[in-house]
Amino acid sequence: MMAPLFSSKLLLVLLFGTLFGLILGVLPGLGPTTGGALILPFTMTLDPLSAIILLTSIYCAGTYGGAITAVLINTPGTPAAAATCLDGYPLAQKGEAGRALGMATVSSTVGGIFSVIVLVFFAPILANLAYEFGQPEYFALAIFGLTMLASIGDGSPIKNLIAGAFGILISTVGKDFMTSIDRFTYGINELSVGIGFIPVVVGLFAISEMLTQSTLLHQVFKRVALKAVKLPTKDDYKKTWKTILRSSGIGSFIGVLPAEGGTVASLIGYSEAKRFSKNPEEFGKGSVEGIAGAEAANNAATGGAMVPTLALGIPGSATTAVILTGLIIHGVRPGPDLFKEQPEFLYGIFGAMLIANVLFFIFGFFGAKLFARITLVPNKILWPMIFAVSVCGTYSLSQSIIDVWIMLFFGVLGFFMRRYGFSVVPVIIGLILGELVEGTLRQSIVIFDGNWLMFLTRPIALTFFVLSLIALAFPLIRSKKNKKII
Amino acid sequence: MNNVRDKKRANKSLPFFFRTEFKVFFAIILVSTILLISTFSFDTVPPILNRGIQPATFPKGLLVLIIALTSITYYLSFKKPWKKEKNLPKPFFLTILSFIIFIIVSKTLDFFLAISVLSIFVSYYWGERRIFYLLLVSIIFPLAVFIFFEMILGLRFPPGIITNLYYY
Repeated sequence: MMAPLFSSKLLLVLLFGTLFGLILGVLPGLGPTTGGALILPFTMTLDPLSAIILLTSIYCAGTYGGAITAVLINTPGTPAAAATCLDGYPLAQKGEAGRALGMATVSSTVGGIFSVIVLVFFAPILANLAYEFGQPEYFALAIFGLTMLASIGDGSPIKNLIAGAFGILISTVGKDFMTSIDRFTYGINELSVGIGFIPVVVGLFAISEMLTQSTLLHQVFKRVALKAVKLPTKDDYKKTWKTILRSSGIGSFIGVLPAEGGTVASLIGYSEAKRFSKNPEEFGKGSVEGIAGAEAANNAATGGAMVPTLALGIPGSATTAVILTGLIIHGVRPGPDLFKEQPEFLYGIFGAMLIANVLFFIFGFFGAKLFARITLVPNKILWPMIFAVSVCGTYSLSQSIIDVWIMLFFGVLGFFMRRYGFSVVPVIIGLILGELVEGTLRQSIVIFDGNWLMFLTRPIALTFFVLSLIALAFPLIRSKKNKKII
Repeated sequence: MNNVRDKKRANKSLPFFFRTEFKVFFAIILVSTILLISTFSFDTVPPILNRGIQPATFPKGLLVLIIALTSITYYLSFKKPWKKEKNLPKPFFLTILSFIIFIIVSKTLDFFLAISVLSIFVSYYWGERRIFYLLLVSIIFPLAVFIFFEMILGLRFPPGIITNLYYY
């Protein structure tokens, strides 16, 4: 499995990706999704394996990096680390920042490695199953992926669905792939090829975050001092090993579900840790079990999310949507054929994820104090620099100034979407699944000779439709229970 | 706590067209309706060549779905109004203004100059006053990015008054 990685170039890429991912994870507002999108144009100089290894190592390390800021300044570096703040910061305030970060580092590493094992075993099985899939099954699967958007984060399910539908709508801009008829181009030639993924992602994540930061300039972070990261004690291990394993399982499972990701996984991992704990009253006051539950789950979601991404071409999370784009840009088509034709490529990715988890453990353990200092870079210097990279990166893919304007448009749109409670993640997932949804729907209709009811005669498709209904109903019922539909 | 309740009440007591829920609902419905109307002007495939559905059908379906879901969200907001957002501060509008300046400068003068102007503008209005850091964000860093993209990625930036000095 590791053989393809025994080259100095790939190891260097892996090392850089892990370091860069950690930095991105530490900086609030950035994170692996934005960072991955920003670095995507740079990957064009690399071969496909190096490019995907770079992106996956950023993904693994970035997810962990969020915990450092969550513990030290009570601000999650990434949304997936939000649950870590609940106990990480209170524990740090008690003067045990090193213990909190040690627990976060160990549980993240265990969760990450666990999920890579899940990936190695389940991705080929799922890919084999996908051989049975025809166009109707892929359509039903894509619909299932989209309905899962309803339960992303703690936002409104209906608003998430609106955002998802909007994402699919963006994918319809340009020439219709079956008939070459222009749609929503309004005579602008550049729009005939459609709206690219990168301008939308960079706009929705980086530029909208820049606008968000412009509203938070008065915010002052209270930083907790960190002497050194400490490995958990024997007592801590005794208290948390079951939680770590449980959360690793939960995180991997949630990760496998299309569109869900580390944020949902960490929230569920945390609440389950509290439910099973002998001392639930300690949660929120600096419980190591709370940190372990959240961190093992969010890192376990990384490997899990790669399962549908590689086996089916359906992104398991927003960051894997960026990785999927990276695969497509480099001419690698995810799906069952990838497992048959390029196993070394996949083993390279699996091995890289495994090593990335070990590397961020080492960097996190010895360098957390240094990484925490990155948050000292003031926003008034950091964000203009990110803007420069965003603009050049977006321009570079098709050397089109229109792409830069599209990026700015989506930046402003993303800011207002977030302001009014619409998550931007469904837009990204919708955009990437849009072509699959429309293409498979139209081809299925051709196969069925226009008879829509024929979908119900396909058992796999029917199963996905039933799962879609459950996925839609579940968050609505949950929200109604919590009175949080809107 | 009382403050929050007062703010919520303030939002509820506003005429419906001033409320955030209505503004968002109105904006989405308006844009979706315009887009929906524009789908009727899409070319159609002659029946003899048509396989499956017309190119406009799928976007039409999506827009109808968006309108329906937005209407549901608005209806539900009667029962539970959205929380009132704080007014946007001055730096936000200045950042938006800097985007507009960026577009104008990149279109008329120079792409690289536009990045520099935006960087110095944003950095200054976000509170940076030290000359070195202003130079760092507006000249040194964009120059480094420019050189990296130009030399390593082989990217050719659009012509302009400054970029031309480099290319010619």
